[in-house]
Amino acid sequence: MSAISQKTLAELAAGLRAKEFSSVELARAALERIEAAQPRLNALISVTREVALAQAAAADREIAAGRGNALTGIPLLHKDLFCTEGVRTTCGSRMLDEFIAPYDATVVSRLRSAGMVMLGKTNMDEFAMGSSNETSYYGPVRNPWDPQLVPGGSSGGSAAAVAARLAPAATATDTGGSIRQPAALCGVTGIKPTYGRVSRYGLIAFASSLDQGGIICVSAQDAALVLRAMAGFDPRDSTSVNRPVPDYLAGLERSVSGLRVGLLKEFFDKGLDAENERLVRAALEVLKGLGVTLKEVSLPSISLSVPAYYVVAPAEASSNLARYDGVRYGYRCKDPQDLTDLYRRTRGEGFGAEVKRRIMTGTYVLSAGYYDAYYLKAQKVRQLIASDFERAFGEVDVIMGPTTPTPAFELGAKTADPITMYLNDIYTIGANLAGLPAVSIPCGFVGKLPVGLQIIGPHFAEERLLNAAHAFQRETDWHRRVPPGYA
Amino acid sequence: MKRAEIETIAHLARLELRESEIAAYQSSLTSILEFVGELNRADTAGVTPMAHPLPGLSQMLRSDEVTERDQRDRYQLNAPRAEAGLYLVPKVIE
Repeated sequence: MSAISQKTLAELAAGLRAKEFSSVELARAALERIEAAQPRLNALISVTREVALAQAAAADREIAAGRGNALTGIPLLHKDLFCTEGVRTTCGSRMLDEFIAPYDATVVSRLRSAGMVMLGKTNMDEFAMGSSNETSYYGPVRNPWDPQLVPGGSSGGSAAAVAARLAPAATATDTGGSIRQPAALCGVTGIKPTYGRVSRYGLIAFASSLDQGGIICVSAQDAALVLRAMAGFDPRDSTSVNRPVPDYLAGLERSVSGLRVGLLKEFFDKGLDAENERLVRAALEVLKGLGVTLKEVSLPSISLSVPAYYVVAPAEASSNLARYDGVRYGYRCKDPQDLTDLYRRTRGEGFGAEVKRRIMTGTYVLSAGYYDAYYLKAQKVRQLIASDFERAFGEVDVIMGPTTPTPAFELGAKTADPITMYLNDIYTIGANLAGLPAVSIPCGFVGKLPVGLQIIGPHFAEERLLNAAHAFQRETDWHRRVPPGYA
Repeated sequence: MKRAEIETIAHLARLELRESEIAAYQSSLTSILEFVGELNRADTAGVTPMAHPLPGLSQMLRSDEVTERDQRDRYQLNAPRAEAGLYLVPKVIE
């Protein structure tokens, strides 16, 4: 049974169809691995054992009747930011510690309809604010490659779980890098789609103009399989784009010869760890061997992406998190004396420190007298960054570079100063500001720690990204490496 | 950031801060605002502010027809205190 956990999603799908094993067997095996790993990794907040077994049994019936599709019966984890009907949904926060979602997010219901089997909800930075999964009310997640190190964040639980082969896929969200950065630090594949590609209905909102749901799995092929079921227009999300979803699997095997790859001058700077750089450049050589051409491009405004983000995202968060007031759902303080006391203590007690920091930053930059200087200015800089990318994509088809400046770091190493933590997202944030799709795939190791290669594309170029990622994964096996103890 | 400014922001955000937290927030907010002050380096004359990353999208509209059903009781299962379909809060009007 241990061999099963090492199979890719595509391999599991083939095995289910060939009746080598059943979905119930997969679910049971996964639940055992989850239970065994939980004390070490703390990757999950909730395990949905009964739901999983019921969904798996239903999937087995579908498969036996000759129905179902590539995803039927495949185990799946959901980041605890996705509303899952009847199941606790906490967003990693005390504020929602007892919240039972009364509905499914569109992503959840689409993957359920596709026959995927929900094993549980993964741990995450509180309200998706963080780059190390250290701000969760439920304790930090640990990196399966080294438990003294962070898995990255905010989707640390999803990335750690997939890296440890607890499930072949885990949904995740990315607002400033929260899919790609943990994927890079955990040695797995994570894709953030174009803004508007995946419905945000039922995704607990952090920053509405930046949030995007995506998937973390072990390969581009697996990502293609899940993304094609997740993506697509949803009338319930007013920012959802009405544009057909290509079959991401169909274009996967195309040759990448002639693909024009841009290397951002600004990303290969002194902030990038020398070893990370060496591995990324070696990966680019592999792709050159497949016929891609490399060209240096420059995005002059990109160095302002982190400051712009840390105005826009907290501003939007301060607005989105205003709903947590102890009235209709979520945490409420004890014995509120009046309405103001209810609000102040509910929010003061229900939110953690980083969330409060961001709410206050956001409140400040939106307040009278400061709105123009900060928020409006940041929105203008955002436009500059988006225009820079647009210009670059006139010269190249994709932009490649490092996902993170360093490999995984120690728990507690960057919590003293918020800015140090914020700079972990220096290469990922630009794609969120411009709404662009981006993927991170493993490209090597610094010692025993994985390093990620990031591929960014123009709007709705997910097919192109997955094709390039798959081409690299056909030539290399970094994505097949498993942390010691999880093989 | 001065203490009074932190208190004003906390009031606007309806966040109660413990005495022990105020100095920490003063310090971290000061450094965050200093960091984002970098934005002033940028020449943004004539640049349209970007509120939404996909240009050309406008608010979707639909016809004014009822498509949802009343599920109040279900949604109120999560309420800290509810009674007869109402959410209970401390007295608002004195």
